[in-house]
Amino acid sequence: MIAELGHFALVLAFAIAIAQTVLSFWGARALDVRLIDMGRTAAVTQFLFFGMGFAFLTMAYVGSDFSVKNVWENSHSTQPLLYKFTSVWGNHEGSMLLWVVILSLFGALVAVFGNNVPASLRALVVSVQGLITSVFALFLLVTSNPFIRLDPAPIEGQDLNPILQDLGLAIHPPMLYLGYVGFSVAFSFAIAALIDGRIDAAWARWVRPWTLIAWIFLTLGIAMGSYWAYYELGWGGWWFWDPVENASFMPWLAGTALLHSAIVMEKRDALKVWTILLAILTFSLSLLGAFLVRSGILTSVHSFASDPERGLFILMILFGFIGGALTLFAWRGPQLSQGGLFQPISREGALVFNNLFISAATIAVLTGTLYPLALEAINGSKISVGAPFFNITFGPLMVPLLIAIPFGPLMTWKRGDLLAVAQRLMFVFGLVIVVTLAFVAFHDGGPVLAPIGIGLSVWLVAGSLVDLWERSKLGKVPFSTSVARLTGLPRSVWGTTFGHMGMGVALLGIVYVSAFEIETVLVMKPGETTQIAGFDVKYNGIREESGPNYSQVIGTFVISIDGQQRSILEPAKRIYQARQVPTTEAARYGSPSELYISIGDFQKDEGIVVRIYYKPLIQLIWIGCIFMAFGGAISLTDRRLRVGAPKRARAKQAMAG
Amino acid sequence: MTRKQKRLSMIVAAGMVLALAVGLILWALNDQIVFFNSPSDITEQKVKVGQRIRLGGLVEDDSIVRGEGTTIVFSVTDNANSIKVSYTGILPDLFREGQGVVTEGSLQADGVFLADTVLAKHDENYMPREVADTLKEKGYWQGDKTK
Repeated sequence: MIAELGHFALVLAFAIAIAQTVLSFWGARALDVRLIDMGRTAAVTQFLFFGMGFAFLTMAYVGSDFSVKNVWENSHSTQPLLYKFTSVWGNHEGSMLLWVVILSLFGALVAVFGNNVPASLRALVVSVQGLITSVFALFLLVTSNPFIRLDPAPIEGQDLNPILQDLGLAIHPPMLYLGYVGFSVAFSFAIAALIDGRIDAAWARWVRPWTLIAWIFLTLGIAMGSYWAYYELGWGGWWFWDPVENASFMPWLAGTALLHSAIVMEKRDALKVWTILLAILTFSLSLLGAFLVRSGILTSVHSFASDPERGLFILMILFGFIGGALTLFAWRGPQLSQGGLFQPISREGALVFNNLFISAATIAVLTGTLYPLALEAINGSKISVGAPFFNITFGPLMVPLLIAIPFGPLMTWKRGDLLAVAQRLMFVFGLVIVVTLAFVAFHDGGPVLAPIGIGLSVWLVAGSLVDLWERSKLGKVPFSTSVARLTGLPRSVWGTTFGHMGMGVALLGIVYVSAFEIETVLVMKPGETTQIAGFDVKYNGIREESGPNYSQVIGTFVISIDGQQRSILEPAKRIYQARQVPTTEAARYGSPSELYISIGDFQKDEGIVVRIYYKPLIQLIWIGCIFMAFGGAISLTDRRLRVGAPKRARAKQAMAG
Repeated sequence: MTRKQKRLSMIVAAGMVLALAVGLILWALNDQIVFFNSPSDITEQKVKVGQRIRLGGLVEDDSIVRGEGTTIVFSVTDNANSIKVSYTGILPDLFREGQGVVTEGSLQADGVFLADTVLAKHDENYMPREVADTLKEKGYWQGDKTK
């Protein structure tokens, strides 16, 4: 029954989503409050039904109901409970359901919490959100129904892909989806504004918190994915420029640009056309990502089942939404009024600079991702575009942006003074020179670019703090006054500082680990010791153990420095019984620099192949991302986003009352 | 500056950044892309010695020599021809005989392919698409194994 109920809930939700789309649109055009309210109720109801469908699928998984094909394919009765839960989205059908649930969640949130938005605009947003949800729900029901039954029912399931049996699966996909599905709200707002034909500074203020929420989750989701790949795959890599990673990275880049251009629009009523376009493009890149991941046209570490029918369906969705949105944009965009004026050297100018370079970098990533597909379609040759391509295109385009970051928040609106800002950054610049020179003097070897990269990260971290430093007047006024000044600052100033600082922290990790990591692969016999980066690593042999649904061979390594034991690392090789698939479990020691050990083949003579990495400062990469997300979260609590723009209607009511 | 001049300067700046991006992309595409080849391409001498390529196919049965130090030797086949591959390091978990594999590296003068990267996929049923296409081309495709 559970599967049938789940299926029924999805069909109902699909029908309600269509009703939501139609009623809200009609209500917005006819300015009929009853229709608008019905649309809102529909938005909430359809979320409840999608959530119910999701709950039923989860129940089938937790109860190991292998008569449901999807459960049989991806679960096993001996799986630990946590992985029975996470298995729900560890496959195409289940993750598509999660995608739709999140889509409808955002629709419902706008319907419930968008109180500061004018009713007709909000109804249009709810309508567009409903349209997106219903199209994806149709896709789910027609091509990827997770509730299909098997007859006769198998006794045992096929188990979840062992590589996914990790806490990472519990966190990474939901975060990522909250992120790039969340950009659908910005998209819906853009479409609604284009239909409405009125776009002003208030629009940017309404759309900003939604974009921020999505951006925060996407930042954490990408960071989590990178960390997961790093510890789970046993290669010690944290970013592969894999097409599917790019698929989530491109919406992040565009979303970052959108956050910045929306500031200009909100404060200065400028860049309106561009901001609307960015909102459309950001979600379009999310859709492109969904297509790339799920159509099977890419060779990638993320292998979802390839099914031409699904690919074609998503391609149609992709063309429908992007084509429709851009057509609407081309038709309505030119009618938008011109915004505020500004000089090229100004806060607005700095934000335009940001947008220019991020857009260029996005184009580079997009080209690298799609070029192999295009080339194969044109002349059949098969190529791969890997890290070297992205390093020499994305890298140089990021450098000017990173250099410019500390300047931005110090610029004044409308007309800035570059020289004055440079003077205020003089101290930071001096610090950068000192650190860079000291690094060159005291650190032997390494690439020439490393000290420059380190200088750049110091520039970012220290430069981001200048704004806070100056505003607090630390040292110039009594300390308590400084503290009061700091706590009284708008939260968005703190958000900016943390966000930019996080960028610097992550950059430091990236530069350091890229330039100075040490890798060694060797054969070790029990009792042998090897040295790496000042650590003595002694191999003590192996032992065998069995877990709930796997058996494993564990190697024991004693880590010591100067004869003092620091830690015992136990990397393992597991065999999962159901699929007879091996996985590598790396073991790590240290923070923020890590020693990373994974084991490989057994030798004929008791020896074992051991791969040891020293990864200096690697954790800073993810810590930096957490900083960025934290900055976003602080920004989200800024007063102006909660209070909203004053509304004339309310003022009139107040006068009448 | 008038409004017109400002807009012009904005367009010029955008054009310059875009040109920089396009320049970098073209340069990188010229230099940094890696072609995918099958073992037959190598035996037919379509691949130059020392040129960086990806070689894909199936890991030939009984061809893996492992357990003797850190270097592993195996053969990659498209069922028509096979090429010996030498790799130093730890192979991915799903590397095994009869499995689709993609390796990256360059052909040595002695005919051995020296790989520095070996990719096998996360999913044991998954066949790298390039490998599947190669097999189809050679007429050795045995049904769709992908789920």
